[in-house]
Amino acid sequence: MSATGAGRRRSPVTWAKRGGLSSVVFALPVLVVFGVFSWWPIVRSVVMSFQKTNLVGSPRWVGWHNFVFVLTDPDLPTAIRNTLYFALLALVIGYPVPLVTAVLISSVRRYKGLYSVLAYLPVVVPPVVAVLLWKFFYDGSAQGVFNTILRWVGLGPYSWLSSPSLAMPSLVIEATWAAAGGTVIIYLAALIGVPDELYDAAEVDGAGIWQRVWHVTMPQLRGVLLITFILQIIGTVQVFLEPYLFTDGGPANATLTILLMIYNYAFARSLGGNYGAATALSVMLAAFLAVLSLVYFKLTSRWSKS
Amino acid sequence: MTFPPTSGGSGRATAGRAATDVATPAVERLPGAAPTSSAAGLPLPIRKRRASQFDGGRGYVSEQEWRSRGVSTTMKTLHLILLVLLVVVGVGPMLLLAKFAVTPTQDIIRSPLAVFPHGMRWQNISEAWNDVQISRYFLNTIWLAAGSWFVQVLVATTGGYVLSVLRPAWGRIVNGLVIATLFVPSVVLLVPLYLTILNPPVVGTSLINSFFAVWLPSGASAFNVVLVTRFFDSLPREVFEAAKVDGASSYRLFWSVVLPMSKPILGVVSVFATIASWKDFLWPMLVLKDPSKQPLSVRLPAIASQTDLGVFLASLAISTLIPVVFFLIFQRLFLSGAGLGGAVKG
Repeated sequence: MSATGAGRRRSPVTWAKRGGLSSVVFALPVLVVFGVFSWWPIVRSVVMSFQKTNLVGSPRWVGWHNFVFVLTDPDLPTAIRNTLYFALLALVIGYPVPLVTAVLISSVRRYKGLYSVLAYLPVVVPPVVAVLLWKFFYDGSAQGVFNTILRWVGLGPYSWLSSPSLAMPSLVIEATWAAAGGTVIIYLAALIGVPDELYDAAEVDGAGIWQRVWHVTMPQLRGVLLITFILQIIGTVQVFLEPYLFTDGGPANATLTILLMIYNYAFARSLGGNYGAATALSVMLAAFLAVLSLVYFKLTSRWSKS
Repeated sequence: MTFPPTSGGSGRATAGRAATDVATPAVERLPGAAPTSSAAGLPLPIRKRRASQFDGGRGYVSEQEWRSRGVSTTMKTLHLILLVLLVVVGVGPMLLLAKFAVTPTQDIIRSPLAVFPHGMRWQNISEAWNDVQISRYFLNTIWLAAGSWFVQVLVATTGGYVLSVLRPAWGRIVNGLVIATLFVPSVVLLVPLYLTILNPPVVGTSLINSFFAVWLPSGASAFNVVLVTRFFDSLPREVFEAAKVDGASSYRLFWSVVLPMSKPILGVVSVFATIASWKDFLWPMLVLKDPSKQPLSVRLPAIASQTDLGVFLASLAISTLIPVVFFLIFQRLFLSGAGLGGAVKG
């Protein structure tokens, strides 16, 4: 540490003797790996969105052309609508589930560990395996796994993934199954931080159990709830795996999302290679998410500081 | 496995606050800084293992109420319902998968929920392992995870050491740049990173189909660097000073003092690194085009249509087994890390 305070006008020799050199050596992995695989690609992404890049010749500046191309793509409104629909459904279905689960688990007195392990188990399943397994469960024939179960209660059969109206909810249900456990654990960790005194005081004031959950537990979780809310939106707006593996955007573009469009611009077998359009759309998405988070934190900063 | 209760002094932050703050992950909370001990006001016996790391405090139901029959019955009923739901919804699909793995294809198609109407078929598993060459993809997956683990640990520990212990004048800039990448969605990197792999600097030859194309970019995880830096920040400075007075060089200090003190955080980073690598799909699919190099996650969707259903589901089961067993063995490590891991995924 003494090396930092000694001022700037030192000869290279004293700098090296004082350990300046070893700092550089230790910093090499970070500088090289982040430089080549993170910082430079981020800068290049912005640059490329104003260029026409192909794998042979050198890139050509095209101004706003890529942005115009993306914004006038007839598929874009569909993709935006689908992505927002996915995010909204994921909030409606997926946001309350972990909260209720965690609050209930927190009051378990024996085998709490078992409950948390069971809740987290789906998160450990590799996402690709989960999607492929659920794809089989969603088999639209009468013998499909879900259709068999629903037949027991007199429902169905449904065509799930091949139905334009059911495809997206099917994706959301699987995504919720796969991700909810992680959020449960976040809430459980936050729940042990709720001070006992607050519950004691509420009890003395005559609050019942339900009132204590509503007026003590929930306000104490507010900070975490606000964070998981925006993180979930940021995460679901970037959904790729489910629409790609379940339906590849179909049926009839019903599950085409923004990330799927980016992927298709750049890498799809038939089209592909339009790196400019892909980077332009991803830069716009990143800008949108940044503005969204900024506005969100501005709006909620008053609530989170109790 | 439990965290040894090292560096407990900094653990005053409550878990709730700590989980709130994404930029300062709650590392202090990790190494055995039990909120229970401060809440109870009693010195806990150090060796005592809590039944679960989520135990502690009285919760919203008081001791007195637990003794009342009405409340106790209601809560226990709710807990039982929750348990059944967790088993059916959470674990059910995996149990079904395990059943399908040893069921003849005809039975899976005709009556998926019947329990072995025509007996079991263990050949599914051996056919998946040998004929579908799951063994090869399995090995690829392990290689990718091992390499990614090494690169991530190397970058995170050396980086954390520079930023927290050596603290050169330019460290702040590096720190700022590393943290800034946390706020850039990974999709922005996709295309330029792909072109970098196609035509990397210095190397001169494309890294497509090389494991390095997966290993090296995985090291650029700001989350790891921040996590390790915060942990190093919480280590006692006196030890470093003492080592320096004794004449230890900065390499010696890193290798013999800092690293041995960092086992808890290395455990967390290791779990994150291996699991993330096991889960990764899009990136390995883009850069490993040669099927013989691909990991399970990339290969499974590709073989789905041309593989016998029973054998395919057995392949899925094999791919799930390792992470699940890994989780059951190291559950404390996983669950302690999940609190911070989930919070930064966006």
